Amino acid sequence: MSEQRIGFAAAAAALMARDLRLALRRSGDTLQPLGFFLVVTTLFPLALDPELSRLRDIAPAALWVGALLSSLLALDRLFREDAQDGALEQLALCGWPFAGLLLAKTAVHWLLTGLPLVLIAPLAATALGAPYAAMPGILASLFLGTLALSLIGAVGAGLTMSLNRNGSLLALLVLPLAAPVLIFGARATALAIAGEPLAAPLYLLAALSVLGATLAPWALAAAVRIGLE
Amino acid sequence: MRANELTADNIHLWRGERHLLQGLGFALNSGECLQVTGANGVGKTTLLRALCGLVPLEEGRICWRGQDILEDLENYYSELSYLGHDNGLKGDLTAAENLLYAARLRRRISPDEVLAALARVGAPEVAPHRLRRLSAGQRRRVALARMSLMGGALWIMDEPGSNLDARGQAVVIELLQAHLEAGGAAVVATHQELGLPATRLRPLVLQ
Repeated sequence: MSEQRIGFAAAAAALMARDLRLALRRSGDTLQPLGFFLVVTTLFPLALDPELSRLRDIAPAALWVGALLSSLLALDRLFREDAQDGALEQLALCGWPFAGLLLAKTAVHWLLTGLPLVLIAPLAATALGAPYAAMPGILASLFLGTLALSLIGAVGAGLTMSLNRNGSLLALLVLPLAAPVLIFGARATALAIAGEPLAAPLYLLAALSVLGATLAPWALAAAVRIGLE
Repeated sequence: MRANELTADNIHLWRGERHLLQGLGFALNSGECLQVTGANGVGKTTLLRALCGLVPLEEGRICWRGQDILEDLENYYSELSYLGHDNGLKGDLTAAENLLYAARLRRRISPDEVLAALARVGAPEVAPHRLRRLSAGQRRRVALARMSLMGGALWIMDEPGSNLDARGQAVVIELLQAHLEAGGAAVVATHQELGLPATRLRPLVLQ
């Protein structure tokens, strides 16, 4: 059987294909955080005066708080079901580095929740009065920011997966850690809307994503192993 | 006979306030099956999960081919197949998709092999159906098919016959016998009569 052995990449690809297929089978669940983001961000213009300058002032805050809460909503489901039906146990015992497999799983999670959010962000940003010239900056900051949020949030999801229905604990764990992403992301968006150079906060967001990608998998593997005990 | 494959020395394990395993030890050779029995709540599942390295030991050690499993978990896991209480199968995937995924975590596999494995456990007709539409017994059979597809020199099975009818129980024994004859080892928690020859069967009664 040894000649049929495969590498880690093939195993991770099998896992990612499975998660994508599962997400497509229940697209309603997958789209829910996205709908939440759209609704929350477009509620702001309805509640405020439709005065453009005021809308533009709150646009960065509305976009980023919306993105943060939407990512929390999605994270709650990241490991819970797999933990309950024993699939996570099987994954832990399949013989590949657990941290790597969980990183692959988190990457799929970002593809399904973070990336679509980035893609529909121009819609929400337009509703908030952001000029078209600001879109590249907003997209870039959300792209990097959602990556960091998925990585940080996954650790929290791993820690809370074995607790029953405890979304509020997940929020308490993740939100303080996600604060830097919120700060730099909102700053980058504000600079983009004002038409000023936004490289500095973007670099910081990129640094946070890289930090997340290198450290989160180990914390994640440890958290999930505790949850499996 | 080869050297001991799986050995446990002086295992102590607590679950909450209860001292479940008190200085347990055994040595299992290839081609042998350790049948774990004991009253409900005595710690059979805990022992099996500890052998999988999922539950940390309070004291003692577990060795696979002479090496402490904690020293090289990935190598140990690559030779281990585990069937727990939960099947670990996804309700929204078909039986065939579930098995293809599980096997692909370890090796290359063709869909025909999956169908053959399902036929071996007496459930060839379930392949195209989503798992949530299957009965508990059919799901268990799919999980058994996964054991045979994933291979592995060591099988750890927790109540493999749960939810199975008489024919299904026989399937468990057939799979187990084939595995042992191929030189594998197994740890099985079950009260089912396994019908293995005495040379292969090693009973362990937990008190």
